Amino acid sequence: MELEKLRHGTELIKRGFAKMQKGGVIMDVTTPDQARIAEEAGAVAVMALQAVPADIRKAGGVARMADPQIIADIIDTVTIPVMAKARIGHFVEAEILQALGVDMVDESEVLTPADNKYHIDKTDFTVPFVCGARNLGEALRRINEGAAMIRTKGEAGTGDVSEAVKHMKQILGEVRALKGMSREEMTRIAREIEAPVELVLETAQMQRLPVVNFAAGGVATPADAALMMRLGADGVFVGSGIFKAEIPEKMAVAIVEAVNNYDNPGVLADISKGIGAGMKGISVDTIPQDQVLQTRGW
Amino acid sequence: MRIGVIAIQGDISEHVDALARALEERGSSADIVTIKHKGIVPGCDALVLPGGESTTLGRLLIREGIADEIRQMHLAGKPILGTCAGLILLAREGDEQVKKTNQHLLGIMDTKVNRNAFGRQRESFETGIDLPFLDLPYNAVFIRAPGIVECGKDVTILTQLDGMVVAAEQGNVLALAFHPELTLDTRVHQYFLDKFI
Repeated sequence: MELEKLRHGTELIKRGFAKMQKGGVIMDVTTPDQARIAEEAGAVAVMALQAVPADIRKAGGVARMADPQIIADIIDTVTIPVMAKARIGHFVEAEILQALGVDMVDESEVLTPADNKYHIDKTDFTVPFVCGARNLGEALRRINEGAAMIRTKGEAGTGDVSEAVKHMKQILGEVRALKGMSREEMTRIAREIEAPVELVLETAQMQRLPVVNFAAGGVATPADAALMMRLGADGVFVGSGIFKAEIPEKMAVAIVEAVNNYDNPGVLADISKGIGAGMKGISVDTIPQDQVLQTRGW
Repeated sequence: MRIGVIAIQGDISEHVDALARALEERGSSADIVTIKHKGIVPGCDALVLPGGESTTLGRLLIREGIADEIRQMHLAGKPILGTCAGLILLAREGDEQVKKTNQHLLGIMDTKVNRNAFGRQRESFETGIDLPFLDLPYNAVFIRAPGIVECGKDVTILTQLDGMVVAAEQGNVLALAFHPELTLDTRVHQYFLDKFI
């Protein structure tokens, strides 16, 4: 077989990668040691970062792509896929991450946006992208730009799951509402939510987002992870929730097991015992408006 | 007839849908069950190990007590299909990458595998391949795909790509490095169903 005939970076390959992550937990890590703990616990992928969202929030200032050295070291350490974050609209950071061999780029509101009008044209890339969304319009705009995976934005770095719940219910509710609508009605909805009509029609027909849909932003305990799975998430991102917990090793294993047993309260009770305290967290209501991350993105 | 799909993690619904399409096309019917916990595998007539992250799958198959049930099923001669991560889990031995993560393998096929034989995600690809049981080429999707680097004498090599075995068979066990469940072409699932329906 000639290798010239291989087609790379197709829609099927990018969306297919996201499908392999389903039912899994993707964990934020900042060092090779943390990456090893995540892999050992059963994470399906790690998100390589300079600092977890809780620390980014505390530090303030401009948050950028992680040091490529950190990302390269983490890539060398684990066999599971490694993801990393680029600033919204910063296509050069994304190109650097692709050159490093990162398996998926998160165009993330957790970092300070580099463009306050446009997101990255993700169809230009071989590497697949995941993007945050709070509602169906936002999700479909990102998919139209080439995102192969969507995650709820939630409110990162808080340990407060309420915003992730809100965004997941919002998206799934909007998808359900499309059921039984006429083409004419869906065309009007597409205009209202500023999304391409073809994607609205496809979503209505499939009765789900056309790409994998994870929960993220505030998941801090096994019960939080199971809650998001019960609400219909395809899998879960855990940011600060693991390595800001009292005993990260135990929290990591417990959250992985909770995602596999999300519909069994008895097992969840056992899983949640004796794993130490979760991250301290902050209630979303107490965050000043100018420090809210989820409103970044257009 | 009952077909089990291991549902711990990965592209489970895609396999369920592909099996349902293949069954419908041939006018057959069978129960398709998804398996997250022990106790269900022994009641199945055939089993599918989907794509996903083999490191995660291997760990949870042991923790949930499913790994031994799959080995018993194999000893009983029942058909098993493994795609991508499934091909790794079926193997006897892994490369350095597999060993350094203490990955648990089922050791059902006499094969040695290379975990990410074709590189990282940016090197993932789709391409037409020839399979001995099909008349026309098959568009195969390889995602961070593994390859088989050594086969025992009981293993039949079905296809090779770039010096690596990407489809192989041993008795009733079929291992594929690619994802037939990601396309609408059901010919590979049909070949698997031919083994027991």
